[in-house]
Amino acid sequence: MALPPYATTGQRVWFWTFRAICVAIIFFLIMPILVVIPLSFNAQNFFTFTPEMLRFEPGAYSLRHYQDFFTNPDWQAALWNSVRIAPVATLVAVVLGTLAAVGLSQSHVPFRGTIMAILISPMIVPLIISAAGMYFFYSRLGLQGSYWGVVLAHAVLGIPFVIITVTATLVGFDKSLVRAAANMGAGPVRTFFKVQMPLILPGVISGALFAFITSFDEVVVVLFVGSASQKTLPWQMFIGLREQISPTILAVATILVAISVALLTTLELLRRRSEKLRGMSPG
Amino acid sequence: MANERGDAAFVAFEHVQKSYDGETLVVKDLNLNIGKGEFLTMLGPSGSGKTTCLMMLAGFETATHGEIRLAGRPINSVPPHKRGIGMVFQNYALFPHMTVGENLAFPLEVRKMSKSEIESKVKRALDMVQMGAFAGRRPAQMSGGQQQRIALARALVFEPELVLMDEPLGALDKQLREHMQFEIKHLHERLGVTVVYVTHDQSEALTMSDRVAVFNDGRIQQLAPPEDLYERPTNSFVAQFIGENNTLPGSVEAISGDRCTVKLTDGSVIDALPVNVSKPGDRTLVSIRPERVEFRDDRMPADTHKLEAEVLEFIYMGDSFRTRLRVAGNDNFIMKCRNAVDQRRLNAGEKVVIGWNVADCRALDAA
Repeated sequence: MALPPYATTGQRVWFWTFRAICVAIIFFLIMPILVVIPLSFNAQNFFTFTPEMLRFEPGAYSLRHYQDFFTNPDWQAALWNSVRIAPVATLVAVVLGTLAAVGLSQSHVPFRGTIMAILISPMIVPLIISAAGMYFFYSRLGLQGSYWGVVLAHAVLGIPFVIITVTATLVGFDKSLVRAAANMGAGPVRTFFKVQMPLILPGVISGALFAFITSFDEVVVVLFVGSASQKTLPWQMFIGLREQISPTILAVATILVAISVALLTTLELLRRRSEKLRGMSPG
Repeated sequence: MANERGDAAFVAFEHVQKSYDGETLVVKDLNLNIGKGEFLTMLGPSGSGKTTCLMMLAGFETATHGEIRLAGRPINSVPPHKRGIGMVFQNYALFPHMTVGENLAFPLEVRKMSKSEIESKVKRALDMVQMGAFAGRRPAQMSGGQQQRIALARALVFEPELVLMDEPLGALDKQLREHMQFEIKHLHERLGVTVVYVTHDQSEALTMSDRVAVFNDGRIQQLAPPEDLYERPTNSFVAQFIGENNTLPGSVEAISGDRCTVKLTDGSVIDALPVNVSKPGDRTLVSIRPERVEFRDDRMPADTHKLEAEVLEFIYMGDSFRTRLRVAGNDNFIMKCRNAVDQRRLNAGEKVVIGWNVADCRALDAA
């Protein structure tokens, strides 16, 4: 994308302005996340860089906030809750979202657009509104403040991601494969698991990861739907920020960032592998 | 071979209609009996209903009206996976995430065969299409022709009695296509399996089939062995659709037995075989194949009317000469002569007299 020799002054100006804008966007997106990482190793109980840290003195850095995270019973309870809720919510979201996407990809289903819009709406409706609605609804059903209430609420938030990613992979899915399977004697269930599922798996997995991260990072809905015994990591961070300004939050944030990066990397590797399997890129 | 008796038909379509929108019929009152072991081709332009018929037979579309029977059993309400019909798809439809061997094993695993049985059947099927060395490959690592063979092997591996083929050679280049035509034909002869083949390529239909059903506008226009179809078309659609054809419009002057005289639009009179005309005054399209037109006196039948023609263009085609003539006001009248030692080449502007055997000149409907 070098500047061609015949570029006009206007094009030259835009060429550099465009790059400046891109750098600014990346800076404002990434910087707040990156700045947390060195701060989490602060030896003091401060949210700012100490002069010693800026001079890179080894004594200014420590793992004490990480130690606090792994020993403090409040944080450990929160971590345990998150680990108990997120995978189950993900599982529910993946099963329901995949089935919905497969169903909605069939042309004979009536009102496909409307159904799709309703299922996607948790992603569009402001979270606080969904949360308030769920609070009142789940209260009536006796789900408010229960483990399954939070799981269900998080699954609802995760479903749109699964539907979108699975629908995207289904667009490239050759429907004659399903016909071929039926023709060879395979019933619909066998066809789904042996033929369709392996081919849309990348979409299912990326949907699952998004659903997992949604549940793992979510704070608004869990505040409404959950009770003290469902206190998740983000909830604990929220409390920590409000009540006891402890840099342990920074350590937790760093860990969460690391988990997110690891998940996304896994996702990308899986996607490449499956493309290779499908022969879309030279094997 | 050809089997017209309804009671012995292996596949039978009876008054089958199909409409997708509830208004227009894509297939109109289809009646067709296919004999066991027959190679039947459904030939027609796109939108003629041939693929819809195949899909109804496979079970992917349901007939709006009428009955389809397989081996005497109505199959209208049998789902596709319980019909036991093999099928080769237009785009091969090989499972991309499985190896060739796994693809072939799929229908056998569904049938719960033992591992060793599956192994030997897969091997035999691959050897049958000379792809024995490819069991470990994935479809994406093979050429179109190779994928085609695998698709063929997969449709045959579970030994169905009926195999459907939906334009299976459409994506191959000409040479490979012709080669595969013979291979499919030989497989059919060797295995004795019943084949229903859909194509829009008439040469494919003529080369491979026992009988060809020519589809147009949701109906079978003619159902006949290839030779009859080419030499004795029963209506002008078939005459035009199969092979090259010259047509001359006119009206019937007189009919007597298997001979009629037709007055062409420019007033000249010719003799023809009445096929789709019944009485004097009927409008007709007279149809004659380019290779049956003669211009040399010694080869022309004696007792027929001849026509004057002017040579417009002479095209050398290697094995044959193509001469474009103006005949009875038609500027696109083609005469095809074999490039034989004694063949005379005509020059543009030359005037010749042409003629033909009455039996080769068919008076068809004026549609």
